[in-house]
Amino acid sequence: MKFMKTIAEINEKIKLGKAVIVTGEEVIDIVREKGVKRAAQEIDVVTTGTFGPMCSSGMYFNLGHTKPRMKLGGGRTTLNDVPAYTGLAAVDLFLGATAMPDDDPRNRNYPGEFNYGGGHVIEELVAGKDIRVESTAYGTDCYPRKKLSTYINIKDLNECVLFNIRNSYQNYNVAINASDKTIYTYMGVLKPRIGNANFCSAGQLSPLLKDPLYRTIGIGTKIFLGGGIGYVAWPGTQFNPGVPRTDKGVPRSGAGTLAVIGDLKQMNSRWLVGTSMLGYGTTMSIGIGIPIPILSEEVMINAAVPDAEMFATIIDYSDDYPNMKPVNYGEVSYAALKSGKITIKGKEVPTGSLSSYSRAQEIAGTLKEWIKAGKFELTQPVASLPGPDSGVKFRPLNERPIEA
Amino acid sequence: MAVSKRIVLHFPKRVTDRPLIYHLVKDYDLEFNILKASVNPDQEGLLVIELTGMREEYDRGIKFLIDAGVQIQSLSQDVTRNEERCTNCGNCLTLCPSHCFEVTDASRKVQFHTEKCVACGICIKACPPRAMEVHF
Repeated sequence: MKFMKTIAEINEKIKLGKAVIVTGEEVIDIVREKGVKRAAQEIDVVTTGTFGPMCSSGMYFNLGHTKPRMKLGGGRTTLNDVPAYTGLAAVDLFLGATAMPDDDPRNRNYPGEFNYGGGHVIEELVAGKDIRVESTAYGTDCYPRKKLSTYINIKDLNECVLFNIRNSYQNYNVAINASDKTIYTYMGVLKPRIGNANFCSAGQLSPLLKDPLYRTIGIGTKIFLGGGIGYVAWPGTQFNPGVPRTDKGVPRSGAGTLAVIGDLKQMNSRWLVGTSMLGYGTTMSIGIGIPIPILSEEVMINAAVPDAEMFATIIDYSDDYPNMKPVNYGEVSYAALKSGKITIKGKEVPTGSLSSYSRAQEIAGTLKEWIKAGKFELTQPVASLPGPDSGVKFRPLNERPIEA
Repeated sequence: MAVSKRIVLHFPKRVTDRPLIYHLVKDYDLEFNILKASVNPDQEGLLVIELTGMREEYDRGIKFLIDAGVQIQSLSQDVTRNEERCTNCGNCLTLCPSHCFEVTDASRKVQFHTEKCVACGICIKACPPRAMEVHF
């Protein structure tokens, strides 16, 4: 890859107010008109965005010590009745987005509604609402207290950090239901006999689809996270770069993912929304945006790929997905998905989505304004994400049953 | 011409002891299907019904109810969208049987056409951020 600019040079231009920044959507027509070479010379940064349900998300925080001291670690703590993970030090807690109250009926009354969970607690905490904490502990010589019942507010917490171990999936399945009855999935309500098809990606605005070979996004990259600033912490779980790709390197199914981290105190509940999937569970919809520095023509080519050249794989969620059958119903472009109708096995099928494209646009636009205003500089990754040839693979569980 | 509409009837206390629905059938030849009912003696009553019949008879039947003191609301107005909570994700697009939801431009903002709504309620629990609300 022949480099034309460095991140340091782009940052200099940002400081001088001379950087040219466009969104992942705007760049498509610019490259079409001017050609890759000229566009790569002129454009410094392409901003991306995505907003959708991302289940492997959560927050950790330090409550501050009670008087007398209490070791919440190893005990039991709930936040608005949603259980937090206490297997940490005395007053450090983790709350996952999919946690739900013990008395939530789940799917006993099928399909369960899942109106409130960890994602909703995080949304309310970030919005500045008081959260009810109920804790019990076993008591020790140095941490004698056994019960706590208090309200907390984000402004009084010590550290309060969003830490999501898998966000921003690089491409995703299109979900259908080939069975004869309605099913309730994390991809929404799927009508029988392929009655609808749901997708979940911002497509031409999606961060990892715009830097598909991880040339600029890496560990340490500064990002828009939940309305504030965050960082890429690590490759996300289930990172799977070796999937089939288009000739431009765009994965044709789920591939890379990101683990991201950021201070919750500077985030905004508009971008961290508690989410309920009927019959499935609770989660949180998260807004993420990543700037792509245009370091070379190769980076430019990828950042300009439109919906029409991005493809997702159609998967049946009634049988093939739950039973891990390695089959599919073909591929479809994001342009077709966004047209409202696709054709599967000769049948016209209406499409719905779980990822909000208008919010993705808003994120890419916000990030563009931040950079323009000199409020957000670009970062050089401290380490790369594993590429398609890294040998990194997402494997199923090798189950080894334990005989009784 | 036949019409079929879903309406909400609010019965003030003083009319809950009169057999009004019986008269809709007998005098105006209207068919009714009760979708939700909350009618107790000596209390205000509420009835959600689908009313079907010939246009002229339907209008006369509605006039009869109004004259009897019943307040009538079209059901479609009772499903609303909380614009603060809606994220415009598009999950509702394929679920609505009367095609109330539509994306028309490149920003994929979801339009909600309340006039098409039959208040079936499918969107209420299927909406991931719970932005759709029904008010009886």
